[in-house]
Amino acid sequence: MTDALAIDWQLLWLPFAAGIGTALLAGPLGCFVVWQRMAYFGESLAHSALLGVALGLWFHLPPALTVLGTGIALALLLVQLQQRSRFSSDTLLGILSHTLLAAGLVLLAALPNLRVDLDALLFGDLLAVSARDVTLLALLLAVLAVCLWRLWQPLIAITVHEELASAEGIHVARVRTALMLMMAIAVAVAMKVVGVLLMTSLLIIPAAIAQRFARSPEQMAVIASAIGVLAVIGGLLLSWFANSPVGPSIVLFTGVFFLNSLAFSGLRHAGQH
Amino acid sequence: MGQCAIIATLLHLCRPMPDHALTSPDPDTADRLLLSARGLCVQADGRTLLDRIDLDLHEGEIVTVIGPNGAGKTTLLKALLGFVTPTAGSVTRSDRLRIGYMPQKLALNPLLPMTVQRFLQQTGADRTMIRQALQETGITGLQQQSLHRVSGGELQRVLLARALLRQPQLLVLDEPAQGVDVCGQADLYRLIATLRDRHHCGVLLVSHDLHLVMAATDTVICLNQHICCQGRPEHVSQHPEYLQLFGRQLAEDIAVYTHHHDHDHDLHGNVTGGCQHGSTLHTHHHGCRHD
Repeated sequence: MTDALAIDWQLLWLPFAAGIGTALLAGPLGCFVVWQRMAYFGESLAHSALLGVALGLWFHLPPALTVLGTGIALALLLVQLQQRSRFSSDTLLGILSHTLLAAGLVLLAALPNLRVDLDALLFGDLLAVSARDVTLLALLLAVLAVCLWRLWQPLIAITVHEELASAEGIHVARVRTALMLMMAIAVAVAMKVVGVLLMTSLLIIPAAIAQRFARSPEQMAVIASAIGVLAVIGGLLLSWFANSPVGPSIVLFTGVFFLNSLAFSGLRHAGQH
Repeated sequence: MGQCAIIATLLHLCRPMPDHALTSPDPDTADRLLLSARGLCVQADGRTLLDRIDLDLHEGEIVTVIGPNGAGKTTLLKALLGFVTPTAGSVTRSDRLRIGYMPQKLALNPLLPMTVQRFLQQTGADRTMIRQALQETGITGLQQQSLHRVSGGELQRVLLARALLRQPQLLVLDEPAQGVDVCGQADLYRLIATLRDRHHCGVLLVSHDLHLVMAATDTVICLNQHICCQGRPEHVSQHPEYLQLFGRQLAEDIAVYTHHHDHDHDLHGNVTGGCQHGSTLHTHHHGCRHD
């Protein structure tokens, strides 16, 4: 308290570790959200997170796990419905996400002695992250990293052309389902960092910036990770020094980076002519 | 006894020729059967897309499926490749058949950065193999080019190179000449025939343009939900002008060819039918010279 300008690493290393770890994996995963147009799926996962939080409170489980559970349920339900119904994916997602959101709200209202920190849920509570939280996040991120590493080539292949991938022996439906499950993991993790309201931005914005500079899918993933990490560092510092809410600060940084990238590539484009 | 033998011989001669005899390009080598369909039916939403299709494809053979829009050509490919489950009938692919597939169109997401090299690396090929494949398809040195910036004709050749890098026993090409200018189309079909000779793979080709593929194909299957007719086309490579002229007449080709259905597989009738449009053809030919 004596020196407000100093960074208390004792207090901040856990938030930094959790935030940077999340941003590293949000980079490559966010690329697929952009390529496969899964932004609305991300939003639906975010909506379903409220039900996950309610279930966590009900059963006294860590919310990251129950949010992951509802996310996986949403993903699998969507895959089933896509195969069986004539509705388009966005209609199905609209139905599912709001049903789950409504179920979450009803369940929260039914809980006795309810004390939900709505701000933490909506905007993340990275500064309040505990060592136990970080362990769980690290575990989830490790699973995500292994899946991404092993499925990278098939994921790129189905992004390029599904039938071409299929003709070359890739199980398209399986890979796509795996991607949806990976997103459920990412959302459960990102909830802690930027909250449900802003979580898709951490996936989409860095990837959208990286796209302007990358020459290959791998480059795009690495650049997106780097931008995410910079935004997490910037957001945490801003939050620490200016006492701003941490999740919105991080997202604000990504947004500012995006605007800068527009100007920068605009200049580069002008230079080419 | 003697009479019986003569009758038997006559009956034998009158019998419809088996597919293999009709289609095998080289009778000396016993070409392996790669793919066959029997009584293949596909229905969707109560509509029949494919009706009792029988089809055989051998090593070293080029089979072209032609038909008007909506005839079920792409559905047939998808059913043969296993992307679509048949409602009835069966598809048999030879054991561990390596297929090089060239889709009708590569609608690459504009946000996915991808060079030609990276695209071809997805087959697991190394730089040397990629260079060779590009050389073979006539687009040497395109490796570092962005896939978003190659021309329509180059893109088709990149797709063909990718199919080749699979070391295919069977090439499946869905309208390979789409988006390619007329002169390029003829080149592309010539290239496909060359590739067949060099790799001795089977080729299954979909086209809506009979005349361009005639020179490069062993068997033509006319499809309009069911197989209207099939057989060996006239060998028209001796008439390059004819080939060239008809290549400029996509719309009328389809008309001529639909008309041709009613005449069963009399391909000569097709020639006469085409010539009736001689004056129009000439104009078109003239127009192309201006280009």
